[in-house]
Amino acid sequence: MSAPKSLFSKGSTIASNDMLSRNEAQAFLEQVVKLSKADSIRVQMDGGYTGNIRFAANRISTAGGVGTSELIVQSGFGARHAIVTTGDYSPAGIERAVRQSEAIAKLAPEDPDDMPLLPPQTYADVNAHFDSTVNLTADERAAAAHTAIDAAKAAGDLTAAGFITASNTFNAMASKTGLFAYFASTSANYQLTVRTSDGTGSGWAGADHQDWKQINFKAVSDRAIEKARASRTPAAVEPGRYTVILEPQAVSDLIQLMAYALDARSADEGRSAFSKQGGGTKIGEKLVDPQVTIFSDPMDPQLLGRPWTDDGLPLGREVWIENGILKQLEYSRFWAQKKNARANGGLGSIKMVGGTATTEQMIASTPRGILVTRLWYLRGVDPRTILYTGLTRDGTFLIENGKVTKAVKNLRFNESPLFLLNNVEMIGKAERVAGNESQGNMVFPTLKVKDFNFTSLSDAV
Amino acid sequence: MTTRRDFLKTGAATGALVLAAPALSRAEAFAQQVAPATELPAMDAVTKDLLTEALNTATLGGASFADARIGRYRNNYVYTREQQIVDVVDTDTMGVGVRVLLNGTWGFGATRDLTKTGVAAAAKEALAIAKANALPAADRVRLAPAAPTPDGRYVTPHTIDPFNVSIEQKADLLIRTNAEAMKVTGVKFVSSVMFFVKEEKNYANTDGTFTTQTLIRSWLPFTATAVAPDFSDFQTRSSVIQPAGRGYEYLTEAKPVENARQWGEEAAEKLKAKPVDVGRYDLVLHPSHLWLTIHESIAHPTELDRVLGYEANYAGTSFVAPPREKLGKLRYGPSFMNIQGDREQVGACATIGWDDDGVKPESFLIIKNGIVDDYQTTREHAPMLDWWYDSQHRPIRSHGCSHSDSWSDVQFLRMPNVSLLPGDKDLSWDDVVGATDKGIAIIGDGSWSIDQQRYNAQFGGQLTYEIKGGKIGGMLKDVAYQIRTPEFWNAMDLIGGKKSYELGASFFDGKGQPGQVNAVSHGSVPARFRNINVINTGRKS
Repeated sequence: MSAPKSLFSKGSTIASNDMLSRNEAQAFLEQVVKLSKADSIRVQMDGGYTGNIRFAANRISTAGGVGTSELIVQSGFGARHAIVTTGDYSPAGIERAVRQSEAIAKLAPEDPDDMPLLPPQTYADVNAHFDSTVNLTADERAAAAHTAIDAAKAAGDLTAAGFITASNTFNAMASKTGLFAYFASTSANYQLTVRTSDGTGSGWAGADHQDWKQINFKAVSDRAIEKARASRTPAAVEPGRYTVILEPQAVSDLIQLMAYALDARSADEGRSAFSKQGGGTKIGEKLVDPQVTIFSDPMDPQLLGRPWTDDGLPLGREVWIENGILKQLEYSRFWAQKKNARANGGLGSIKMVGGTATTEQMIASTPRGILVTRLWYLRGVDPRTILYTGLTRDGTFLIENGKVTKAVKNLRFNESPLFLLNNVEMIGKAERVAGNESQGNMVFPTLKVKDFNFTSLSDAV
Repeated sequence: MTTRRDFLKTGAATGALVLAAPALSRAEAFAQQVAPATELPAMDAVTKDLLTEALNTATLGGASFADARIGRYRNNYVYTREQQIVDVVDTDTMGVGVRVLLNGTWGFGATRDLTKTGVAAAAKEALAIAKANALPAADRVRLAPAAPTPDGRYVTPHTIDPFNVSIEQKADLLIRTNAEAMKVTGVKFVSSVMFFVKEEKNYANTDGTFTTQTLIRSWLPFTATAVAPDFSDFQTRSSVIQPAGRGYEYLTEAKPVENARQWGEEAAEKLKAKPVDVGRYDLVLHPSHLWLTIHESIAHPTELDRVLGYEANYAGTSFVAPPREKLGKLRYGPSFMNIQGDREQVGACATIGWDDDGVKPESFLIIKNGIVDDYQTTREHAPMLDWWYDSQHRPIRSHGCSHSDSWSDVQFLRMPNVSLLPGDKDLSWDDVVGATDKGIAIIGDGSWSIDQQRYNAQFGGQLTYEIKGGKIGGMLKDVAYQIRTPEFWNAMDLIGGKKSYELGASFFDGKGQPGQVNAVSHGSVPARFRNINVINTGRKS
């Protein structure tokens, strides 16, 4: 067998070497599947190119262009299975990966949760692949970085640090059952922190889209600069319970963590915030404010996600919380079968339905509260309540009598997405957010929430 | 073309070796158990040719400095729960990363195409990027010198290569461990995993350095979950075996099967533990817990790149800044507090032969007698402290903290092992507890969070106990303490000695954009902290 020519073509560049078209990926993966001597084989391939540029202290620091590709082979004998990955696409290298996965699978004990591979599926057609991102050059990335560096330098009292990354990648999968899936996507992400040179102010802004042209570098830079200046010399406030206005990034930082807790199996087994005392789950119960609806949908134009899971399950619109009621939990194929439920693929990309309130209206309606740009270093404290701790960062402001009056010091909180969503007062427009630590795309609105639990002050700027 | 076979050959020659002079007694004691050194494998000729090709392409393209790394990175994971295998995963990735310095500006290119054409394409990509990003003269990168190492060889000291142990044997140990924990009443779920990493790294730079290294790390994460009969509560016990820069023997020496029942009992006991009353307490912190507090509140804020603003957009900056106001001036803690940076403790996760700048690391004091004395550095950042090193009559050299987590990511400053050195008196854990009339003892790392300048932090533990009259009393739950870093370390008034020194570690410490992970150990002794703010994290849903 042989790998597609483009993987080895002489004179091609790092930017295009590892990107395969649907036809190339299908032809290649089907050849790998044919090598199998196991009962089952599923092969997955990810590859492409990512260009990035970092800057800090008003100068470009590091930048790179990286081509990667990986073949993931899962072989199975009955309920025994094992996964081997490789980047060696020589005929011998591929053969070795297949044989090794078979050898390890034979040694592995039987997996009682094993599920047969899916037959061919039909997937939604999602266009997440944009030429402007594919054709991006190092010069264009440098020019984008300079929108912030030059503005900060010109100001004289500001320091910019940021990161721009753009990628052109594909995922493909094939199995012995004839299943084939392919998804090409691009992504462009920009995050910027501007600090005042006196060290007392810091502002953050970001933007994220599949289409490079949709990233407005000037607007991000303006927003971060404005926040940096406004956040100078913050005052101390007493920790305690506050009405907060959380911008979309801050909402996303906390609410997306709920996804980890939505596993149906843990809830059924009594070790989840969604376990019901006495047994069972809280599906069907009103858990949060009736204004809250949260769903996943790869076709949503603000999300544009991969329309299938790693095991080939088609992904569609899945509503998790609707009008405050827990509609469903995340069921794997195994647990769904066991519980006579529908496997739903879980939460990859997440969107919370927005409202109509503007941030100005939220501020104007607040006698005393705190406006939060984003949250930082969130870590689980108690899984029984999905309690997380973390801090505010890069733009935290006091609201008094309907106006933003001053910058305040950052605060540590101990808070749960469930408590927060119970205390929602107003909902703004839902926006795609840029600062994700997880893989999926996130769309969240600005929220006004009462009784947010701040436990201590931080001197960090 | 370098083949996997070449790499396998290199790997198979790996014996049991002793290389670095360990800094501490515990490490020395361990080193003596290891078999005597044998001949280390040399870099294979094909790999050396490819590295040379990359450097030549970079030099011909005008680079004043370049380095190239060809690495094979292997992971092996075995996941289990209760009496079943969840998954077995073997990952294997190999490629080249080429970094160039062109007119004082960095560029980086990487590809898995390990042919002469491929490595040259990576070098050209790096050159094109450096050209696009050309820095103004004042901003150009200046590297600290590093003596060339023409033929450097290093292998993590180990007796059993985890990649030579069968999946059956690994699974069997985990399944038996789970079974022991499941015997405890109340324990309903147990998960355990084996993580193994093997990095075969080949490095060359235009100074004339060529090094070949094999690094091995092992870890066994374990979690027992006890559930109350009425589903009103559940509690876990985890973080029982710390990751280490050692072979498979480390996991068997930790005796998971023999200890699992106790871990299960501890999870079940937490269901009955008394919720803590909020207030101020004297805390006695075990090394299995304190390593993480050291990691977050000392190791991260003394990374020089962070201090200088290079991480402002993600990991953050530091309160130990600017260097001119802190070096030799900032009192971090009491005069018996000494914090060492090193990459040579045997068994520690960040221990290596040479870093990803081609530097042989040396151990150094970051905090000396309670005062900030140095920062973690790379060749790029060390020259920025020239004024300090000149004043101290020290050479301007990197401490060897350059690291990349794969061939496909550019190297940058990552922390070495950063450790709290033992006190003069050889006190044990029991001695420190015994000297404490009233307080809380915390064992094991739990929840953690710290701000972007490393002032305000909150830490939980695995096991927390009341201390009364110098004795460990009843178990507490929902305990977390909140600190402001400088006050916290200055509240330390008693520490253990050499015999109580232990390593804790993070297997996946994140930093940088794009994000990279690093494995790092932190040695610590038990320590007591006076009058620390303790909160109760339990709430009703």
